[in-house]
Amino acid sequence: MKSKAAGLPLGYRLAVTSRCLAALVGGYLLAAMASVCMGLLLPMPKAEAVITGMMLSFLFYLVAILWSFACRTAAQAWLGILLPSAVLALINGLAYWMNTP
Amino acid sequence: MKEGFRQSMAWLHTWAGLVFGWLLFAIFLTGTLSYFKAEINHWSQPEIPSRALNSAASLDLAQRYLQTHAAGAGSWFIDLPSEREPELSVSWRPAGGGRGDSTQKVLDPATGSELQARDSRGGDFFYRFHFQLQMPHPWGRWLSTFCALMMFVGLITGIITHKKIFKEFFTFRPGKAQRSWLDGHNAIGVLVLPFHLMISYSSLVIFMALVMPASIAVSYNNDTRAFFSDVFGIPQSVKATGKAAEPLPLSTLYAKVQEQVPGARIAWVEVQNPGDENARVRVTRYSGDRIAHLRGGGWLFDGVSGTHLSSDFADTTPMLISGGFYGLHLGEFAGPVLRWLYFFFGLAGTAVIGTGLVMWLGKRQLKHAKSGVQPFELRLVEVLNIASMSGLILAVAGFFWANRLIPAFQEGRADAEINTFFLIWGLSLLHALLRPGRKAWGEQLAVAAVFYLALPLINAWTTGQGLNHSIRVGDWSMAGFDLTALGCGLFLYWAARKMLLPPVVAPKRAPKVAKAAALIESEVK
Repeated sequence: MKSKAAGLPLGYRLAVTSRCLAALVGGYLLAAMASVCMGLLLPMPKAEAVITGMMLSFLFYLVAILWSFACRTAAQAWLGILLPSAVLALINGLAYWMNTP
Repeated sequence: MKEGFRQSMAWLHTWAGLVFGWLLFAIFLTGTLSYFKAEINHWSQPEIPSRALNSAASLDLAQRYLQTHAAGAGSWFIDLPSEREPELSVSWRPAGGGRGDSTQKVLDPATGSELQARDSRGGDFFYRFHFQLQMPHPWGRWLSTFCALMMFVGLITGIITHKKIFKEFFTFRPGKAQRSWLDGHNAIGVLVLPFHLMISYSSLVIFMALVMPASIAVSYNNDTRAFFSDVFGIPQSVKATGKAAEPLPLSTLYAKVQEQVPGARIAWVEVQNPGDENARVRVTRYSGDRIAHLRGGGWLFDGVSGTHLSSDFADTTPMLISGGFYGLHLGEFAGPVLRWLYFFFGLAGTAVIGTGLVMWLGKRQLKHAKSGVQPFELRLVEVLNIASMSGLILAVAGFFWANRLIPAFQEGRADAEINTFFLIWGLSLLHALLRPGRKAWGEQLAVAAVFYLALPLINAWTTGQGLNHSIRVGDWSMAGFDLTALGCGLFLYWAARKMLLPPVVAPKRAPKVAKAAALIESEVK
């Protein structure tokens, strides 16, 4: 799994690459969506909500990274990150639309 | 990754640690040095004498100097000396000018006369390097923040991997090769775990507006300035009327501040439209006066009438939390004891990263110990380990040597110091490529030991402010630097000796080593 890199099948390597991308790119997307959501919806003044959202977003990023490597397959890793991101994006869209006069 | 949760977390710990370990080692080591930024600055500019502090007197001296030399400027800045850094510096900009147009002078805080100090980035070089990595803005900040995230991931996965974390903490088996490295890695990691978690998470908080700006973009319609003025309050600048007016002495305003907050330490003072009817004086408090690091605080005065116009903003909870993380990371509030603790915790973080890298390699080298031939990737990791650790330690010493050996008033000497740093770092990489692993380690550590042990001597020889002088006059920033260099030198001597002498593992203990290897195999996948 580790130092025998030369003997690893291509499929395994692609799966690891895919998980890394899910962790880094997908994780960032999830964290950004979560921070926007908190910035829009937290019941506090705007600046404070934005700061709180940014601070907590890194925990979402962390969990997304751990998830990407903990789950059974690479496809599952993507699903577990993109699905909540999409839900958050929907909430964000609604909240933004309702806030805009 | 099919083996279960702990195994997959161990896998992530191992590989994230390897890929980002080299850079993290450099970030941690230079960041640790930054806890003594002021002291290193002082050591790097020995021409600036240590004087008894008197902020009010220094302010008036600076004001007098600026009235003579920069009467028509748009704004003045006065950076006051502190217990840790004796420099009184003044700078000024023409009206409407930016940062690039400012002129800076260093004054003697006791007499107000101009001082000629050698041009050096000093401690600021290491401080800047640890989050900008000598890369163009904003790439260095992005990369170092990303490394901090990886450190955070490494810590959490490390905790998950070692579930028997507190039991293992009391386990240390010295003199058993790989086993000792693992025990050391775990013990140091657990001992300062709260510091590690704080330092890596706070790095993310410090640059959150840079790396996670989505919510600012949405909530403030992409207007970052509006966000910052909401958070920190952008100081309103007042136009000059063109009518001259006699300004109040700055010490009067300083006394007003002391009346409001007795004992408040002042970091710097800004005067807008000096000499004008509409002069404004902003007095900014030393951020080490409290734990939370908040921008925008301070007092604003009318520079002519002395009317107090505004002061600190009300701090809201989220700002106090984020400012608290910021302040904890910087540790500016720390007194001498806590500062040393910060320093040692920083070294411990550096050591956790270093032992992790050594272990990654050692464990894999065991498999090739019999044949004596290393595969390419292991040799690559070995070379990078050596250059990134002993090479960096050597380069830091090289920077300090350059500071003392490049003539004090040579043109472009500040850049020459930095070039020396990178040149030595590059040479250490070359050396690591040419020499076998253990020899390369030992030789670089030995040279580094000589470099550090000689620093106090070079200091005494080139500036006359060696230990005999600095201890006598009580200049403890200077003396502390020299003594720390001696301590580092002795430690490096010990490490070099260990590397250069043949390993003490007796042949009859060989089976034990193999057993230890099997143990590690089962624990760190």
